This record gives sequence, structure tokens and C-alpha cells, in this order.
Amino acid sequence: MSLDDLEGRIGFTLNGTAIHVQAAPTARLSQVLREQAGARDVKVGCNAGDCGACTVLLDGAPVCACLVAAGQADGRRIDTQAGLVANDPLAARLARAFQRHHAAQCGICTPGMMVAAVAFLRSGAVLTEASVSDALGGVLCRCTGYRSIIAAVLDVGDGAPETEGGVGASVERLDGWAKVSGTERFGDDVAPEDALTLRVIRSPFHRASFQFGDLDQFRDANGLDLILTARDVPGENRFGVIPGFEDQPVFAIDTTRFKGEAIAAVIGHADIVENLPDFPVTWEELPATLTPDDAQQAVLLHSDRADNVMCRGYVARGDAAAALKYAAHVVSGDFSTGFIEHGYIEPEAATVRRVGDRIEVQCCTQAPFMNRDGLARILGIAPDSVRILPTATGGGFGSKLDLSAQPFVALAAWLLRRPVRITYTRAESIASTTKRHPSQIRMEIGADANGRLTGARFDGTFNTGAYASWGPTVANRVPIHASGPYLTPNYEANSTGIHTNTAPAGAFRGFGVPQSAVAQEQLYDRLAEKLGMDRLEFRALNCLRNGDPTVTGQVFDTGMAIDACFDALRPHWQRVLREIAACNAGGTRRRRCGVGIAGGWYGCGNTSMSNPSTIRAGITSAGDLRLHQGAVDIGQGSNTVIAQIFAEALGVPLGAVTLLGADTDLTPDAGKTSASRQTFITGNAAKLCGEALRTQILRLGNVGEGATIHLADGALELAENGTTHRVALPRVEGYALEATESYDPPTTPLDANGQGAPYAVFGSAAQMAEVEVDCELGTVKLVRIIAAHDVGRAINPALAQGQIEGGIAQGIGLALMEEFLPGRTENLHDYLIPTIGDVPPITSILIEQGDPHGPYGAKGLGEHCLIPTAPAILNAITHACGARLHHLPATPDRVRAAILAQTGGAGR
Amino acid sequence: MLHRPQSLDAALALLSGEGAVILAGGTDVYPGLRDGPPPATMVDLSALPGFRGITRAHGVWRIGAATTWSDAIRADVPPLFDGLKLAAREVGSVQIQNAGTVAGNICNASPAADGVPPLLALDAEVELLGPEGVRRLALSDFIRGPRDTALKPGELITAIVIADTPGQGAFLKLGARKYLVISIAMVGAVIAVEDGYISRARIAVGACSAVACRLPELETALRGAGPRDIAEIVATAAMPSLAPISDVRATAAYRSEAVRTLVTRTVLQAMEACDVA
Repeated sequence: MSLDDLEGRIGFTLNGTAIHVQAAPTARLSQVLREQAGARDVKVGCNAGDCGACTVLLDGAPVCACLVAAGQADGRRIDTQAGLVANDPLAARLARAFQRHHAAQCGICTPGMMVAAVAFLRSGAVLTEASVSDALGGVLCRCTGYRSIIAAVLDVGDGAPETEGGVGASVERLDGWAKVSGTERFGDDVAPEDALTLRVIRSPFHRASFQFGDLDQFRDANGLDLILTARDVPGENRFGVIPGFEDQPVFAIDTTRFKGEAIAAVIGHADIVENLPDFPVTWEELPATLTPDDAQQAVLLHSDRADNVMCRGYVARGDAAAALKYAAHVVSGDFSTGFIEHGYIEPEAATVRRVGDRIEVQCCTQAPFMNRDGLARILGIAPDSVRILPTATGGGFGSKLDLSAQPFVALAAWLLRRPVRITYTRAESIASTTKRHPSQIRMEIGADANGRLTGARFDGTFNTGAYASWGPTVANRVPIHASGPYLTPNYEANSTGIHTNTAPAGAFRGFGVPQSAVAQEQLYDRLAEKLGMDRLEFRALNCLRNGDPTVTGQVFDTGMAIDACFDALRPHWQRVLREIAACNAGGTRRRRCGVGIAGGWYGCGNTSMSNPSTIRAGITSAGDLRLHQGAVDIGQGSNTVIAQIFAEALGVPLGAVTLLGADTDLTPDAGKTSASRQTFITGNAAKLCGEALRTQILRLGNVGEGATIHLADGALELAENGTTHRVALPRVEGYALEATESYDPPTTPLDANGQGAPYAVFGSAAQMAEVEVDCELGTVKLVRIIAAHDVGRAINPALAQGQIEGGIAQGIGLALMEEFLPGRTENLHDYLIPTIGDVPPITSILIEQGDPHGPYGAKGLGEHCLIPTAPAILNAITHACGARLHHLPATPDRVRAAILAQTGGAGR
Repeated sequence: MLHRPQSLDAALALLSGEGAVILAGGTDVYPGLRDGPPPATMVDLSALPGFRGITRAHGVWRIGAATTWSDAIRADVPPLFDGLKLAAREVGSVQIQNAGTVAGNICNASPAADGVPPLLALDAEVELLGPEGVRRLALSDFIRGPRDTALKPGELITAIVIADTPGQGAFLKLGARKYLVISIAMVGAVIAVEDGYISRARIAVGACSAVACRLPELETALRGAGPRDIAEIVATAAMPSLAPISDVRATAAYRSEAVRTLVTRTVLQAMEACDVA
């Protein structure tokens, strides 16, 4: 049979229903399922078989739908996540297990994971961690660290769901069922059928000048609706995230500063845009600088930034030079890390429509209000003329704070008065969006003869790329944190952000702190070795305790719990040290075991800057309780945690709360989802809001503080001392009762020496990593990670554990495999992130000593999880084989080279 | 346009057309588009009757051109094929193994193709059918360079043909992560053992030269070797056909050294399997 006669008509059975679609039979099946068959539970993450998000069952066997020609599916049976969960009781049980085990965070990989898992479970194979990993090895997840996914597949039973409980309960994710049942809608999933498609024209060179040909002719000849360039921007052709550093053009003018920079956009019907001939532009490649070493002498990227220095950061306390001069023991070293790609499985996507003189933007984002203000500036309209409707966000980790795809589609929809959509390709996403800053660090640390730290000096150069993005934040944060959570009486830290012709480096989980920890924590091991001290005990001796000043002179009287983290690890550490000694004594020299330890800390919220969150809640006349929750949940769990805090403060069951938002028209500004601030800052706003509403209710019912509140139909039932008062709710439009409360953490500005109180709360952590090094090949196998985290109070322990496991997975990637090379690793098979087989069992220990500022004592956690992981692994490698890795990632060739260097070339 | 011929004659007729691209599992064709539009005309060979599966006749094994990696994993074949099966499990992921074909892996001619070293070690031949009839080429002659094969316009692979010989297959792949990884280096071997000593060794290395290749000098040197001799022989053997490069996955120096470790381990893996058998 040939499909010649079937051109455009393909029939298959989709989730049990026979359907026909009109589509090109050579089109990717994933695209046809999404666009023609409406199966938007099939996610597209890479279009290359590298991520597995588009996994469907084809006649029962899992395949990547992006690699199947639609015509190849003719006459066959296709099952997707949504259909499986609806039709197959086994898949429905798997969905419940995913919920119970918090195996979906952002949820973008969940369809691929679950479809692959259903095929595996149906096969009747023996259920072991190894067999589950083999079955799911083709699906990448960037949020969970995979451990919860393995646990869920191994536990497809009928466990009871946990849906109720206040602060401290591991309640299932309130927004989770959509993710595990295939109904969640991400950035590209909301695009309407009549939307035009936009594609961005980008620089193929790191630096180039360019001239357009006849754009009007190109537009008309190809039937495009619009071509956009810089001259079409009605407002300011620039954006950014830090006031005074809005330096990135929507479209470059005359010259581009990095490979992947936008110069124009084409808009039209999808089939036209996807099949365009070469765009009429002439390029002239110009000399480019890709590293800070070259940049200081190079042509200025921005005329007002001498030596290509974007900005500097500085913290000094005591006399570091003198302390190091007179220290009994001093260690020093140079360290470097590369660009790290965020690697969320959902590429950037946005759909925009113009509604009168307003513009509505549906997009995946971490920062709806910042997006709103940035777009208003570009469009030259008032901020309240822009409405941001965040879709589910399939991972962010910092990069989806910045505007990326939104300005292009907003401009097009504004001018055309038609809905316009865009979804970045994986290559485009990797090439053009922000990265973790590459670092070059020199650090020197001294201790006295008793092992007490006397001083440290830190000098870090960060490649901030072509534009500032969050570079200033990194430059400011790193000197504050580079001491680690240790009492360092004499300290001097410099940081510099340097512009180069690379993609902008911006925010990525930890804002530069993971890089500085790689240097500091490795040097701590060398100091401990010089001192002849146990590595954990050296850290425990020096860690900050309540009452100790930090390097900015800030003193916490309560809540500094890094000592408790090390205490919690101590029994594990001592046991593992004994096990490893035995293992290495008995084994061959070829495989060596090792264990490493590292600490870390992170200040929650903006550095010395106001960053309030506001939460609103109301009760309708009918008795419905609505929480306007604008803290965007990118998978970390704010929809659940903020609701738990609010319900606890108000004194109602969690099930009584209906979530609204996020939506800049409906939800007040809860700030951005970054800097580990949502649980702490928005959580406080939610607590205040719940308390304020409770006060109103108790006053209305004239009952005392201890009364219980029950929301009834059109009334409140208030019970006190065995008596129940029924209070009718007033009949009004809108809310019968409502409250809006804000919280802004108390901080102080830093002086010229960086002294002050930059954060109201620091969270801290200590992790230990066990490894096995194949000394002949330089490969590193992780055996186990034990993580102790000072979370103040875990609002939802299961979600906290999910953050820890996911952060550790990213730390593993930073340590062992990840490096973005501009122009070379713009896909997910050359840029490697950990797979399900690369994350070992993780034991999480939650330290809950409270915090005076946190809601119910809770601190932020998201970024802390990643900080100690890489240095703990690197320290473990050294413990195993003696080799020290100063330049990341520790790929097999680098580990082997370090082993050879350390043994003088003998190797074995 | 996507054609799905149901006979070889129909397939050949379609392939005689201008610009027709062969499609099977799609696992290389689609990633190769780099988000661009698909070719105007594709001929899908995955549904050709009798093209799928591994069969034995007259002392010769035939791997049908539409045989997927999953088919290879499940095939009832002797230990000679253990290296190919181990390689099959290392191809991408279950999803890729379910769609991608052994023959397609050869046609894609990537220096890092997982299937090529074990097939070279099996002395595989490629059976081609074209307008001028059937011809057979040694796999080592079929792959001429990176992304370059002896496949003529209008020709297709009908099967991979492997002589049934005694021997134990083995395979090792070295990568920077567990799944979905392009190899830094890999080794396929088929080892025949008599009384604990190697009577014949066939060893091929991938990702360390422009085209995966056999190591004839080493194979000769290993004749008569026992397990304890292997490391020393491999460490000192000439491997003139290897010319590793530095790329995003590893340095050339590392590949040069690591490949010897991998070869030793692969040979020992085969010898241990013989022992157990």
C-alpha cells in the first residue's frame, strides 16, 4: 500500500478511538498528535529523541513520537498518557502512585515517564530499581532527581492519598492530578488553532554585522503576514531585569553580540513559516571574544562599560591579608566551571492576543509581574495594559525569569491584532537563553594550628555573556556567600562580571554560589588534611553558630543550624568512612571507593533589596474561599505550600481553599519565583493574609481566638466551647469578606565593604557523597548521597525532599557532565544532563529548628540543595583516588588526567 | 509524500525517483532535520513483508533490514551475538531501540554508531539490492567514511549477513552518563576459546577513528593468549588504524589510552562468558 492516495488523510486509533486526521504523512507524529489530533499531553522537548517527553505507545511499544512519520502510524494503535490514565486501571494506579510519591514536579516529563512506565509494568518484568531505570532511561527529568519516579513505579499499589493536613503534612500536590492525568497545559499547549506562528531570525555568528535585503518583497513573495525588526518596536528596544542594566535589545541593530541573538522575526501560517527560503540578510562575521581573559582587551560590547566589566562585588571584614600571612596553615587554588544550561524539558513558549488596547500573554514564566513591566516598556504601553497569564511552567531554574520569546509574539499580536504563537526549538532555547555563569576562581584560606579558620581571600571572575541579565545579582551574591557557612573573621572577596560574545549568563539555581562552593569546599578538605583533622569535624568546628557574625557582620541569634546539619551527618559519615576503608583495603586498585562532604548556605530573597510579596484571599457570599496565589509554581510546589500556610493561619482544612491564579489581573504581585523566596516571603504574606481574614471572621461572629471556622453554604459556622454560631454571609457582589496582606523581609543595605544585613534568613545544608572511581577509565559512579538540610520548618516534608533530590541531580550534572559550549552543544545529546541511571539513592534529613522570620519557622530551600553537591562529589573523588578536579565538569577524561598527574603518569 | 511499499519491486521503483529518502525507524532521519521540514519524498521500508527478524539458513544468519534493536535483543541467537545484543541495549533508550533498525544504524555511518563495532567483529556483510540486482559487500567496505556509505542511488539494504562461526560476543561502551549517551569509545569483540586459550579473536573499535575498525595486529597477537596475558598484550599491541580526535566528549589522548582498557575488558568479558558456558 502506498500513501500516495492517502496524502493528507491518516487514520489511526488514538486512545481507543478510531480517528482520521488531515496531515502531511512525512510530518512528525508528535506534531500531528498535538496539532491535528488534539493530544496535547504529548510533549515536545527536543525533536531528536533525546528527551523522551513525546513518548507514546505505538501498537503497545513506547516510541518517541517526534521520530515517527505520521504516515507510519496509519492503521495502528496509539496510546498517550491521558488515554492510558482514562482507560487502563493500571495506568490510573500509576498516576495515583505518582501523586503519592510526588513523582511529578513541573510535570513536563511526566507524560513520557508514565507512558514508558505503563509499557514496562504491562510487560510483567521483575520490578527492581535497575529494571525500572532501564525502562525509563529514555526520558529526561530536570526537576525530581528521578528517585521519586522510581519509587512510584515500584509502588503501583492502592496506597491512600494524603490530601488533607496543615503545616508539616506531606500533602499531595494540589495541582498534581492534572500533571499525572495528562490534562496539564504548558506554554505551547494553550495555543489556539487560529494563531499565527512566529519564527525568530538569529545570528549564526558569535559576533557579526548584518544588512537586510528587501524584507517587504520577501514578505509578499512568501505570503507572510509580517516581518519584524528593530524599527517595529514601538516602545524601547531593550529589556533586562536589574534596574540600570536593561541592555538587551529585542532585535539587534546593525551588529549582533552573540550567536543566537535575534535580528528579525517572521510571522505567518505555520506551513509557510516552517518552509521559508533563506531570509534576506547579509552577514559579515566579526572577531569575537568568548572568555573573560580575552574580553578585557577586546572591543567593548557596551560602550559605557570599560574593559567589558559589567559590574563588581566586594565584601571585606577584618584583615584578610594579615590573617593569611600569619596563619599556621594556608591552602590556595584556582578553580573553574563552565556555562551550565538549565535544561528544562519545556522549551520557552508563548501565545499572545490583543484584546482592545490591552495585550494578553500566555507563557511559561517564573516572574509574571516583571514580564508584564518589561513588555509594557517594549510596547510603549502602561503596565496595566499587559496581562500575563502564566501557563504551567515545565521547569525554570532561573532562566524563565527573563523575557525570552514573549516580546516577539507580543509585538506581532499587537501590530496584527491576531493571536500569535511561538515555541522555541531546543537548539534555539539552548543557544539564546540565559546560562549559569562560567567562573574562574582563585581562593586562599588559612587556619590556626588548632584548626580554627583565621581568614580567606576570594577572587572570582564570572563570564556574564553579551548582556547583563542577572549578572549583577551574581556579582553581589557571591562575595557574601563565598565563605560558606563558616565563621571567617578576616575576609576579602572580589567578584567581577565580564561581558563576552556569548549567550547572556543569568540566574540559575544558586546565583553563583554553587561555583564558589566548588572552590571553598575543596580547599577545606585540603586544610583538614594539612591539619590532620577529620573533614567533617573540621567543618563542624568552624561552622557559624547562633551569635557568630557572618562575613557581612550579620549576627543571627537563632536559626543558624549548619552545626545541626553536620551533627546529623556525623554517624553516617563515621560508618561510611569505616566501610570505605574496608572496601579499599580488600578491593583492587582499579576500583576505589571514596566519600566526600561539603556544606553550603544561601540567603533567601533579594540581596539588600526590597522584594515584597502580596497575597489576597476572599470568601464569597456563597461561602467559597478563594486564595489569589500569584507565586508561580514551576514545579517546586508553591501552589501547595502557600495554600497549606494560608489554611493553617486561617484555621480551615486545606480542601476548603480554592486556588486562583497566577494571573496579573487576578493575583497581586507575589514576586518572582527565584532566590528561594516563595515559601519564606510569599508564605509570610499568606500567613498574614490568613490571620487577617481569621480576625475578621472571629470579629464578625463575636467569638474568641480559639474558635474553629467552618465554611458552610452561604454562611460561616463558628464553634467555641461546644457551641456553634452560624453567621450568614452578606449578599454582595465579589467578596463578602476579604483580606490582602504583604510581607517584605527586613534587610539593610551593604556599605562600601559589603557590611550589613543582606538577608533576613539564611538556610544551610551539608551533604555527603559516596562514589566509586574506576581509576583506569576515570569514570565516577555515585553510590549514595545523604543530605542534611536546615529548612527551619518543613511546611510539606515530601515537597522539601523533592527539592533536595532535584537539586542534587543538578549538582551531579554540574560536577560530572554538564558544560555548554557556545555553538557546539546546542542539543540534548551533546549537552548532557543526568539520566535516571546517574542519580544514586538519596537520603534526606530535614533539620527543623525554626526561624524567627519564616512562616511557622520555614526557610527557603530550592537553591540550597544544589550548592554542596558538586564539591561533596569532587571531595569524594579525591578521597577515592587522590586526584583533585579543579576544572569542571569532572568528565572521565579529566578525572583520568588528574589521576595520571597525581601519580606522575604511572596511573595505576 | 510518504510511500510505504509492500514489495521489494515497488520499493525499488519508488527509490529510482529523484530525491527519495529511505525511512525506517526514523531515529536518525528526523534528528538530522534539525527542526527543518522533512524531505519531500520518503520511502518507508519498515513495513516491507519479511524484512524484519533474525533467521538462520545454510550456516548463515540474516538480520532483516527492518529488524529493530528491540528485535535483536529478543532474538533467539547463540552467544556469538552477545556483543550485538549488549550493543542493542546501549542504543539510545527503549524508545529508540523499539524504532531504530540495525541496518539504519549502519547506513547512518556515524563514527560512533553503537551497532558497527559488534557487527565488524562478526565479519558482517551487507546485502544490497538495486536496479542492477543483488550485491554483497563486507561491512568494512560498505562504510567508507563518516556519514558516507557505498549505497548507490536507488539501492537499499535487504539484510545484514553473518556467517555462523564459533565464538562468544562481547561489547563495552564508554560514555559520560548512563543512558542516552553517545560513546566516547566502544569495543565489540568475538572471541573463540579452546582449552582456555584464545583460538581466534575478532575485535573492533568505535568512536576512535573516522570509521569504526578492526584491530588486526592485536587479533593476531592475541592468538593463543590466556586470560592473564590479555592486559599485557593489549597494552603493547600496535593499533595503527585508530586515530582518535578530541571533541566535546573527550580528548584524543584519553581515548587513545582508554580504548586499550576497554579492549582488555571486552576480551575478558567474552572469555569469562565462555568459561561460564
